[in-house]
Amino acid sequence: MNMVQPQGTAKVRSRGLDVFYGEKQALFGVDLDIRAGEVTALIGPSGCGKSTFLRCINRMNDLVDGARVAGSLTLDGDDIYDRSVDVVQLRAKVGMVFQKPNPFPKSIYDNVAYGPRIHGKAADQSELDEIVMTSLEKAGLLKEVKDRLQESGTGLSGGQQQRLCIARAIAVEPEIVLMDEPCSALDPIATAKVEELIDELRENYTIVIVTHSMQQAARVSQRTAFFHLGKLIEVGDTEQIFTNPQEPLTQGYITGRFG
Amino acid sequence: MNDHTVKSYDEELTHLTSIIARMGGMAEAQLSSAVQALANRDDDLAQRVVAGDARVDELDQEVQSFAVRLLALRQPMAGDLRQIVGALNISGEIERIGDYAANLAKRCLILNHLPVTASVAGVVRLAELVRALVKDILDAYLERDLEKAIQVWGRDEEVDSMYNGVFHELIGQMTMDSGTITAATHLLFIAKNIERIGDHATNIAEALHFQILGTQPQGLRPKGDTLGVPE
Repeated sequence: MNMVQPQGTAKVRSRGLDVFYGEKQALFGVDLDIRAGEVTALIGPSGCGKSTFLRCINRMNDLVDGARVAGSLTLDGDDIYDRSVDVVQLRAKVGMVFQKPNPFPKSIYDNVAYGPRIHGKAADQSELDEIVMTSLEKAGLLKEVKDRLQESGTGLSGGQQQRLCIARAIAVEPEIVLMDEPCSALDPIATAKVEELIDELRENYTIVIVTHSMQQAARVSQRTAFFHLGKLIEVGDTEQIFTNPQEPLTQGYITGRFG
Repeated sequence: MNDHTVKSYDEELTHLTSIIARMGGMAEAQLSSAVQALANRDDDLAQRVVAGDARVDELDQEVQSFAVRLLALRQPMAGDLRQIVGALNISGEIERIGDYAANLAKRCLILNHLPVTASVAGVVRLAELVRALVKDILDAYLERDLEKAIQVWGRDEEVDSMYNGVFHELIGQMTMDSGTITAATHLLFIAKNIERIGDHATNIAEALHFQILGTQPQGLRPKGDTLGVPE
């Protein structure tokens, strides 16, 4: 298990972060600290830049044609966009869970074992078994699947698939887990299970979650950042953002008075 | 602040405020009538006030259930959340003001039939001051006038000091003429209740401050002489 820094220190720090997709600028001079051991929620209307910001942290935007990043973005003080950074290693440190559960068309076991295998995290089979079991346990899925580890991951329910993806993400012992609307395809019960999981995971991981559900942001996060038209408008303790936001734009968005 | 994208939400918030407006107007009228009944020894009016309290209570119930409905169905945030929580609190405060007005009227009915009475002038003056504060704070609520609310909040000191004056005056009357003790004791309770109404007006000012700014008013309210006795 990686050591979590004292709660509250900046794990990820952006300063003057600009992102362009070709001619179009998606982020404008974002200064934002993601604190260690906390859940930070990124909220804002579609196209506001919250997912763009999220995808900078593990350099998913590298995959987009014409994407360009300026300004500084650091992880534990090291520049994420430095030439020397090995993107594969970065993504082992910064795991990601997507909107739609996307298990590999492989067995439940192999889904979770995939990362540890390619990153050489296990010396032998028994060590790999242990990683798989621990990860499924931490993802709150072990009880439901322990008798059918060899069945296909795609045969699970949507909520189980999403927790499988979370197990897969944490199997490589990341320090940060990025979640891009992880519950938008799930029913309320599956959503509650994922939210409970997020709350447990923050003891060991720094979590950044993009969500369109204000209630979800309020329920799971300690800090909330509101983006609008590519700019960070306001960031603060979640309680403050949802009870007494300081910016009129934030107030307008979270109370449903936009545009 | 702009309107909500969902128009019916705005209509519901407006409706909530309008119930409180009606309720506040009613409580204010109850207080006014009770004081008038006291000054004029008017049994009929006092009886109407006693009977009228049920209507204030009904409106309080209406606010409580409508606010709970809004909390459940709209899941309000930020300013909207504070407005609804404010409505819940303020409605409770107005309901208490109504209770005190009814109690005042009940004591009136007793006082009116006592052979010997004490001077009610001081109590009526105190009541006039408090009634003005209640009116101002209800106006401040409807106009969302923070400045006015803070003024009401600051004027509670005046109420306390006038109450102290009335208290000593009544004690004086009792000392001079033991025949006034029964009447003066009722008047003491009335004065205390009126002073309490002032406290509720202050509480509304605090709730309104929170509703508008999300914070409590800063600094301790200056407190008048507490008569040297525990509250």
